[in-house]
Amino acid sequence: MPETHQFGAIAIYTHSWNSNRSSLALSSSSNIVDLYKVSGANYQKVNVLSAHTQSVTGIDWAPKSNRIVTCSADRNAYVWTQLKDGSWKNTMVILRINRAATCVKWSPQEDKFAVGSGAKAVSVCYFDSSNDWWVSKHIKKPIRSTVTCLDWHPNNILLAAGSSDFKARVFSAYVKDVEEKPGQTIWGTKMPFGNLMAELSSGGGGWVHDVCFSGNGDCLAWVGHDSSLSVVNANSLSNIVTFKTSYLPFYSCVWVSLNRLVAAGYNCEPMLFEFNGKNIKLVKKYDTKEETGGDNVISKVTIHTGTKEQCKKFSTTGLDGMITVWDIDAK
Amino acid sequence: MATTLRPYLTAVRHTLTAALCLENFSSQVVERHNKPEVEVRTSKELLLTPVYISRNEKERVLIEGSVNALRISIAVKQADDLEKILCHKFMRFMMMRAENFFILRRKPIEGYDISFLVTNFHTEQMYKHKLVDFIINFMEEIDKEISDMKIAVNSRARFSAEEFLKRF
Repeated sequence: MPETHQFGAIAIYTHSWNSNRSSLALSSSSNIVDLYKVSGANYQKVNVLSAHTQSVTGIDWAPKSNRIVTCSADRNAYVWTQLKDGSWKNTMVILRINRAATCVKWSPQEDKFAVGSGAKAVSVCYFDSSNDWWVSKHIKKPIRSTVTCLDWHPNNILLAAGSSDFKARVFSAYVKDVEEKPGQTIWGTKMPFGNLMAELSSGGGGWVHDVCFSGNGDCLAWVGHDSSLSVVNANSLSNIVTFKTSYLPFYSCVWVSLNRLVAAGYNCEPMLFEFNGKNIKLVKKYDTKEETGGDNVISKVTIHTGTKEQCKKFSTTGLDGMITVWDIDAK
Repeated sequence: MATTLRPYLTAVRHTLTAALCLENFSSQVVERHNKPEVEVRTSKELLLTPVYISRNEKERVLIEGSVNALRISIAVKQADDLEKILCHKFMRFMMMRAENFFILRRKPIEGYDISFLVTNFHTEQMYKHKLVDFIINFMEEIDKEISDMKIAVNSRARFSAEEFLKRF
């Protein structure tokens, strides 16, 4: 039986857990981020992060350094660090974008983060200690529409970005000021900043809603508005495997083992898929209506317990204002 | 009559269910704005192919989807001048009170009698299946409403003509 909690009649856009899953950050359609203390099924609101002036579109809680980065439609992002007394202090980020920020993600080593935006650009941000703020470098070409989703490769260099111009792309986000020259990967050898490593399309005309690198970084999965789920292995980039479903489109996806992933979205129920290198097949559906009574669009799927290689539990939030923690082996 | 109404409404229902997959999407043209893309039409890639469903020449529906809003325009059956006037008056009555209907557009788009605009904020506040039910219910009721009014007008006319002619 999955654990659920109802936060009220609000639409939850996104959520993020801290490293030991004792705290949860979530944003509804407002300009405030709520922090909850979680013990079992008990959710207690402990803090609010209020610096944004328009709706918060992305939250990411860094597991190792315990910092939260938030971005918003007001074109700003803030990095929040916890002080000794438990309150949170924000640090400015110089994003240099003039449209809404749409999504944000810490790099695996937590020395950089990336922000996607409606300015048709990705800002890769790193800390500038002399000014005590975060500065950014832009990846612009060849993105032709709003960047809707991002994910980092485990090597801390490569960055996948999905966009409403129907494409998922893999870029190099190597910032030579802050890190060592990267070794070669199967995605390519030359990695100057902003280099396009791969441009991927499922063949249909759907806005890309979410991208996700597999745990070892060899595969990239993305979901689109044409109700498709696509996976490509970096060893054969021309061989894109696309699974077109008859359901409503997926909005979020995440790998739960090296060959399985969970996707959920407008169809209201999370689904588990298996990728065997040649094709994708549906393993099972998690029945939201029967199990939780929830019946609304799922806006975000994240890993709750475990890692991308081996996930035991995942959590979903939706427009019905409910969070659900699912056991991966649940019926 | 009802045999063609059923598949027509079913087609509209399925199209609406598929097209009502909306998300919060800030404008990529105007800074700090959030506008229904189907209305502003500034980015071609954010619009879906419009779907046109027609029962006959007079009764038809146009469903235009986009990333954060959906517009549905309905043309209602109007067999004669009286129905035309009734339909026009009735729609005008509703559209003057558009804010009470939340998803009603103040003006229909050209060639149609009434338009609804559903944005992502509506789908966040209201159940999607109820929204679809509302529009389908509206389409079912509107024909009945207009023919009822037509009958009422005709009987009223007959009654007043009788009263008037009694004097001679």
